[in-house]
Amino acid sequence: MANDQKYALAMSGRKPGIRGKLPVLSTTGPISIWMIIFVMLPLIYVLVISFMTRNVYGGIEPAFTFENYTTMLQPLYLKIILKSFKLAFITTVICLIVGYPMAYWIAGKPPKTAAKLLMLVMIPYWTSSLVRLYSVNLLAMPNGFLNTALMKLGIISEPLDILYSDTVVLIGLLVACLPFSVLPLYSSIEKLDKSLLEASKDLGAGPVTTFRRVTIPQTRGGIVGCIILVFIPSLGMYYVTDVLGGGKVMLIGTLIKNQFLVTKNWPFGASMAILLILITLAILLIYSKFGKMEDLEVV
Amino acid sequence: MEGTVTKQRLSKRLRRKRAGRIGGNVFAILVYAFIYTPIAVMIIFSFNDQNNNYYWKGFTWRWYEKLFTHSDLMPYLVNTLIVAFFAVLLSLVIGVLGAVGLSRFEFKLKKMVSNSLYIPIVVPEVVLGISILMLYETAHFPLGLPAVILAHVTFSVPFVIIIMRGRLSGMDMSVEEASQDLGANRVVTFFRITLPLLIPGILSSAFMVLTLSIDDVIITNFVSGPYSTTLPVKILSMVKVGLKPEVNALTTLMVLVLVIGILVNQVVQSLLAKRAKTNTKVYF
Amino acid sequence: MTEPIVRLQNVNKFFGDNHVIKNLDLDIEEGEFLTLLGPSGCGKTTILRMIAGFEDATSGVITVEGEHVEDKEAFERDVNTVFQSYALFPHMTVYDNIAYGLTVKKVPKPEIKERVREMLELVQLMGFEGRRPDMMSGGQKQRVAIARALINNPKVLLLDEPLGALDLQLRKQMQIELKRLQQKLNITFVYVTHDQEEAMTMSDRIAVMRGGVIEHLATPKEIYGRPKTRFVAGFIGESNLFSGTVASVEGDRAIVDTDVGRGMMPAEDFKPGDPVHLCVRPEVMQYSTQPVDGFTISGQVKNMIFVGSQYRTLLEQPGHPDVKINRVKVDNSYREGDVLYLHWALDDVTGIRAKEDSDGE
Repeated sequence: MANDQKYALAMSGRKPGIRGKLPVLSTTGPISIWMIIFVMLPLIYVLVISFMTRNVYGGIEPAFTFENYTTMLQPLYLKIILKSFKLAFITTVICLIVGYPMAYWIAGKPPKTAAKLLMLVMIPYWTSSLVRLYSVNLLAMPNGFLNTALMKLGIISEPLDILYSDTVVLIGLLVACLPFSVLPLYSSIEKLDKSLLEASKDLGAGPVTTFRRVTIPQTRGGIVGCIILVFIPSLGMYYVTDVLGGGKVMLIGTLIKNQFLVTKNWPFGASMAILLILITLAILLIYSKFGKMEDLEVV
Repeated sequence: MEGTVTKQRLSKRLRRKRAGRIGGNVFAILVYAFIYTPIAVMIIFSFNDQNNNYYWKGFTWRWYEKLFTHSDLMPYLVNTLIVAFFAVLLSLVIGVLGAVGLSRFEFKLKKMVSNSLYIPIVVPEVVLGISILMLYETAHFPLGLPAVILAHVTFSVPFVIIIMRGRLSGMDMSVEEASQDLGANRVVTFFRITLPLLIPGILSSAFMVLTLSIDDVIITNFVSGPYSTTLPVKILSMVKVGLKPEVNALTTLMVLVLVIGILVNQVVQSLLAKRAKTNTKVYF
Repeated sequence: MTEPIVRLQNVNKFFGDNHVIKNLDLDIEEGEFLTLLGPSGCGKTTILRMIAGFEDATSGVITVEGEHVEDKEAFERDVNTVFQSYALFPHMTVYDNIAYGLTVKKVPKPEIKERVREMLELVQLMGFEGRRPDMMSGGQKQRVAIARALINNPKVLLLDEPLGALDLQLRKQMQIELKRLQQKLNITFVYVTHDQEEAMTMSDRIAVMRGGVIEHLATPKEIYGRPKTRFVAGFIGESNLFSGTVASVEGDRAIVDTDVGRGMMPAEDFKPGDPVHLCVRPEVMQYSTQPVDGFTISGQVKNMIFVGSQYRTLLEQPGHPDVKINRVKVDNSYREGDVLYLHWALDDVTGIRAKEDSDGE
């Protein structure tokens, strides 16, 4: 068999010349080169720099060191990193708790209505994120709408001091991320074979059991997709803290940004970027166990 | 007697179902309210007669007037639109070609290229931003509009490829073979068959890139440099001193344009579909 | 006939390690209706795609009108294809679909118009020129696909299971129409199908394929009447097969000992000891209530079924597939449980030489 094939190949009349490769090169050449230059090489560079030393002028000394990684363990930075994870985690959980029923509700509508309802979820996303976040700020001000309303209703006697707090940053993250949690959840719920639910009920399972034993496992691709589209980005959204933190709340995204735009400590910034990449990879690894990358293609 | 028992039980079940339905609707309305409150505030405060927009003072049209007469924001809007235009153009060309190639051909680096497309989508944007900044600084590539455009193409093109690849996989490949079979070479086939069939996908890709590009602040902030600031980056720098209602007015108008664009598009689409069904052209 | 219009010589095709076409030779004569028939995965579509230019042969030579086609792209070859899925361009009207081949060749518009009109008349679709494919039925789409391929005046028309998606009624009607078209235009048709009845109805010659090899290439009549291999006998029509060895040769007849009894067949060049399969079609299988000279095969009547066009009797034989007997009229001389003795005329039996390689069923 193997010999046959070699013989057959040797006898082949067609030689793969430049003419045969032209269609492949002309279509995939540009994207391949682009991804190599603008994505892969820079990321490798980030990895390399994260082990380098910063010199006094803000440049880079080609001296190998682990220092950038150990610096992250200093209480000052560790606190920021842990708080970032905490907020990203809470954001993700709330997005799941709110996004799942929302997606389920939309998926229960006829296809045309569902498309319009989904569109309604996405329209805010076409509005400047910064201006929307600033609106949250306006609401949270001591003399803002929220406090005025609560005081007039007699629920509180003094304005809530939530401006520039973790709470308002969390609300900002939710404003920025909620639409993205609905999309992957919707696409997995919509694909869910409804007869499975009927089968489960037919076999005597109540709604809760059916949801826990059938619906959730069948839609976990969407759940992990939601985690990818919410947890990971919310770690890096530095503009949320820029707008709503008022310099009081510091998260890892802002910390990284400052290393490049303010304090010029590239190696330290690079090491934190690597930390984020590692977390991303870990989540993707978990995701690959539950679903295919293609399931993320809900856009 | 038995009949009434059944009826009671049924109505109990139906009542529970109806309660569930109402509960679902209330919940959905609350979620929409949460999503839309910031936008409502944004629109309301675009009419605010107070310079720093800290509190509501009174209604005015003057910010909209200012926008059309002597706005300081215009140069930034122009930068944003230039970037968006070229980002859409470049990422469509590279993305559509790439999607066709990736779904039609086998080659050595296919898996690597194909997987690398997910990097810009899943990695936090700040990481992509600093890595591109480092690339530019190391290569001594000047920060400015071209730098911003290239960065925007980098995070947009994977979305284009993913959208287009979805469309291509739903397309009957034998249509292309049929075209070649009838004597059209690859280039003619691409322009007469493949491209026309991909138009809907290309439009939604363009829309996707447009919205990504216009709103991007995380990456643009790193690579725009002092003289090519885009609108979002400018807004970010203004936040600390408070956003003027003029900014609200501008973003309100931008959303308005987008929403009107979508509605017009839908009407045009349905008209075109109707016309295709009732073709009255005389052929012979 | 002169030289064949399409010739495949020693063609091999690999998909990775998968050897799908094995040292295949095939001559297709000008003006004939040739059908490639076989189960799915036998390589029939691959042959079609190699002639069309969508696949390259791994080795071997393919010529069309004596010209080598290896270095010609699909769009440079004078053959056209009717696709299984029709592959009509969804964004074009019927007119533009049919005109496509001439349009890309930059034929002057008035001429295109004239040719499209001819084609529409040929496939009886006048008045449909403004329609889009998604507004048409399967049969209509099929006609458009045929017209679109024929407008280029191809030397050979390749048809890849073109009727597969149609319902039975329409399929039968289209079979007749295709045959009519082929005779009228005198174009060589190469037709791929897995439906043996379809192949029988239309073809001048049939190539029965299995596992990348042509097992039998002949006229429908010959393939049915004298199948070359056990596979062909089983694949084309119904048959009763008895395996055994030649016991002796007496003049023009050979006595065969099968695993269910003794039977006879024409001697041809068989010798005693040769392994052989006897193939007898159900409609010519004869029976009687008494043993017949030279035959010792018998079976018990298991059941009698009316299958619409004929009556079928199944005879049970221990350790052997049921023997089928088909008759147009019902025979009330036997009942379930009766023993019948089987025999046949020498003209009605085919001795298939048992080869180890093609017996693997």
